[in-house]
Amino acid sequence: MAVLVESHATLGDAQRALGSDGTYLGGGTLVMREVNAGALQGRILRTSDPALRQIRPSLDSVEIGAGVTMAMILAERDLAHLHPVARAVGGPQVRVMATVGGNLFAVHPYGDLTVALLALGARVVSAGGAQRPIEDFLRERDRTGLVATVQVPRPREPRGFAFLKVSRVKPKGVSVLSVAAHLPRDGGRLRGVRIAFGAMGPTPLRAQAAERVLEGSALTPDLIARAAAAATDGLDPPTDALASAWYRREVAGVHLRRLLERML
Amino acid sequence: MSGTDQPMIDFRKQFFANERDDNLNEIGKPTRRQDITGHVTGRSPFYDDHLFEGLLHMRCARSPHHAARIRRIDASAAERMPGVVRVLVGRDVPRNLNTLLSLLDFGIDDEPLLSTDRVRYRGEPVAAVIATSDARARDAVAAIRVDWEPLPHVLDVEEAVKPGAPVVLDVYPTNKFVYHGKYDHQKLRFGDVEAAFRQADIVVEGRYQMSPIEQAPMETCGAIAAPEQNGRFVCHTSTQALFFSLATASKTLEMPSSRLHFIGGTVGGGFGGKVDSIHEPLAVLGAMLTGRPVKFMWDREEEMQVGAPRGAERWYLKDGVMRDGRIVARRFTGYFDSGAYTRLSSYAIIKGVGHLPGPYTIPNVSADVYCVYTNRTPATAMRGFGITGVDFAIEAHMDKVAEAVGMNPVELRILNAYRDGDMKAHRRLAKNCALIECCQVVAEKAGVKLSPAMLAAASTRDGGGERARLPSHTATDENGRVQGYQASSYAKKGAKQPPPPGALALPPAARTEAPRPAAAQPPPPSTHTPAATAPRAGSMRFSSLSGFRKR
Amino acid sequence: MAMKPVTFTLNTEAKAAFTEDGQNLLDFLRRGAGDLSPKYGCGQGTCGACTVLVDGEPHLSCLVLAETVQGRRVETTAGLGQARPHALQEAFMERFAAQCGYCTPGMLMSAKALLDRNPRPSREEVIEAIAGNLCRCTGYEPIIAAILDVAEGRIRA
Repeated sequence: MAVLVESHATLGDAQRALGSDGTYLGGGTLVMREVNAGALQGRILRTSDPALRQIRPSLDSVEIGAGVTMAMILAERDLAHLHPVARAVGGPQVRVMATVGGNLFAVHPYGDLTVALLALGARVVSAGGAQRPIEDFLRERDRTGLVATVQVPRPREPRGFAFLKVSRVKPKGVSVLSVAAHLPRDGGRLRGVRIAFGAMGPTPLRAQAAERVLEGSALTPDLIARAAAAATDGLDPPTDALASAWYRREVAGVHLRRLLERML
Repeated sequence: MSGTDQPMIDFRKQFFANERDDNLNEIGKPTRRQDITGHVTGRSPFYDDHLFEGLLHMRCARSPHHAARIRRIDASAAERMPGVVRVLVGRDVPRNLNTLLSLLDFGIDDEPLLSTDRVRYRGEPVAAVIATSDARARDAVAAIRVDWEPLPHVLDVEEAVKPGAPVVLDVYPTNKFVYHGKYDHQKLRFGDVEAAFRQADIVVEGRYQMSPIEQAPMETCGAIAAPEQNGRFVCHTSTQALFFSLATASKTLEMPSSRLHFIGGTVGGGFGGKVDSIHEPLAVLGAMLTGRPVKFMWDREEEMQVGAPRGAERWYLKDGVMRDGRIVARRFTGYFDSGAYTRLSSYAIIKGVGHLPGPYTIPNVSADVYCVYTNRTPATAMRGFGITGVDFAIEAHMDKVAEAVGMNPVELRILNAYRDGDMKAHRRLAKNCALIECCQVVAEKAGVKLSPAMLAAASTRDGGGERARLPSHTATDENGRVQGYQASSYAKKGAKQPPPPGALALPPAARTEAPRPAAAQPPPPSTHTPAATAPRAGSMRFSSLSGFRKR
Repeated sequence: MAMKPVTFTLNTEAKAAFTEDGQNLLDFLRRGAGDLSPKYGCGQGTCGACTVLVDGEPHLSCLVLAETVQGRRVETTAGLGQARPHALQEAFMERFAAQCGYCTPGMLMSAKALLDRNPRPSREEVIEAIAGNLCRCTGYEPIIAAILDVAEGRIRA
């Protein structure tokens, strides 16, 4: 076996040629390490379709091409709320290469941006045009095909969205866990609360028990404490070289509390 | 460091005046490294920066098991794959058994370059593919079929020394290295700790465990070998120990070293992890058998998985302490995890035991330190190996003792610190001591308040005298005595020999002794004694190699 | 294995070389183009020793598919200071910012990418800029000091 690289003019062409044996190469930060290790062989498909690298802002959301890199997010004023998230991904070299599309498929301990996209309630648009809520996409991502863009709602107010990544190595390190919260306010009460964790299961997952605690109430220290206590209900964090499941369970609530306190 | 920061003590002038000239023309002055130009231009010649036409790439097939018997190695499919030039197995190695320190006549040959019958740690190499590219070598490695018979394994040092534990190496059937042909551990005996424990006000015990630590050099270990003219082979290597690597290659390849042209010296970080001489013999062998240049380079995963780390250590400490904080006895039991082979662990322990009981004047010291074989990755050198682990244990234990006697931990250290002229547990006089002064500076910087007596203490005062005396009685024993090993020639010249008959540890032999005198206690450092100046002039040097002397 | 021609600019020179399918830019630069200054440290995008600039942006050459640099400009440490030492090279020499020297070419490229974009970075920005480059010898402080020496005009080319 060896590697065979195919270049396609458009994402659509690449999707049609992908088949069951092809691997799509985006920014390369995940796929090339597998190629280097000899673990990934066979057909590798790429495209330099310019549509993939577009960022299209509209009134209450931004459509981000799957080939947009973390560095491009950081250079885009319209995506200021995602800057702390993009900056938490890798070092400068990784951010120049790593793409939004790759992040959607990244398995733990990568995929921090996807945690933020999950909290914001993004919609994922496939190469064929099909749209899915990001939860559905994450459940089915091994069979959804290629992603063209992701539609990311803007938080209505700056303090309505926050993100936190916990790593052992600073300033650059992989996630022990990451957590993002989107708390839209409606007359002082929280409506449509979304909280997402990375490293708490096989994909980024919502902390639905904590969301239920917050929904419909005003954000207070007492409410935050109750949400933090429910942080890991229904979640099953993994044990790996970075942290044990026990440790993640112990600290998840602490980090959620710190995140929510920033949003008071 | 800010410019206004006046050093509290000028150690150079105050403490080492006899040994430091005033006319130094390098120390204290900025200088450039001689190799820095190559570094900042990217032209320093690391081993992988030597290009060869037709370079071949070597990669190893490795054990997925901690311990297993090899029933069969089938490389036939790999040999037929495109780009594969040759597959090496153990029988291709002229002398497939070595221990690194055999070059110093220390230890029995125990480790094959490529295992033929058994593997003893996960990642142990059993075959080496030589192919035209790294990718093809990887593919061929995946096609090598090994028929494994997994064997029971042991991963914990204390489990490994229990009777009935799986035997890692047949030449050390109790899973313990044999020191000086006599004992299954390295011993230190100074005074009588048991008697002193009985007289102590308090006994403080502790258990300390360190994990293995990977050196993680930026450049992974490797070597490139190529045929030269006149039957010689050139070898560019990342080794930190060029002559170890040269002699190891010469021995295992049964080739005079005059035919080996080794080039090293530009090392992309070593930290001790590049002394094991694993790559050079296989790269040269590959070049010999193919007639072409061969590179054997670990990737990062191999560096982390099979690269020999600083070994794990487990220490038990027991101190006898008086209420005023004087430590009158300290006993060590140490288990050094050598992993599956000896490499440098036996030597690490000799260094470590020479360091006991730490920089403290303790009149009764005993240590039994075991070099234990387990089915883990073999351990080797790393920055101060043999010392750093037990220092962690000692200093953690000092804090525990301070808590037990209700003392400031810095003051406890000053009270017990070596002073010039004190007798150390390995029977040399302490000189050039500076722990007290270090503690005083650290306390000041950390905002720890010291009593006037502790601030007035000095390494140059109140040492020696009573504190210079050897113990009037030292309790000895024959515990761990072994038979069947020779002190004078550890490296069995014939290699591949079965273990010496009767090479088994005997049960501890209790030795009856005459009634013992009371254990020595250190006289408290007197604040009245005039400053001792004599020991400074002494020129005795402790050699770290003394442990290698034959007894 | 298919060989593909790649034409690109390496530092100041136009280059043409063949790449094998799946070959990464690091291997291509070292074996194909004969530029040995980028180093292999991990092949996983973790260590930064292989950092080069592609069209001015820092890239991990071990994670870049070689054929994607077609028509682009690649800068490496071998191209730094060809007439006289670059200010960063001077500063690294003066500040003892290299010990074994293996991480140095990658460090220099990350530092250059920073200063090309932001000539007066803060200490925090310097730390962020080299966050993707590991060094096992120096403890980073001499490297940070060297980059700040250039940023703050204490050392010039």
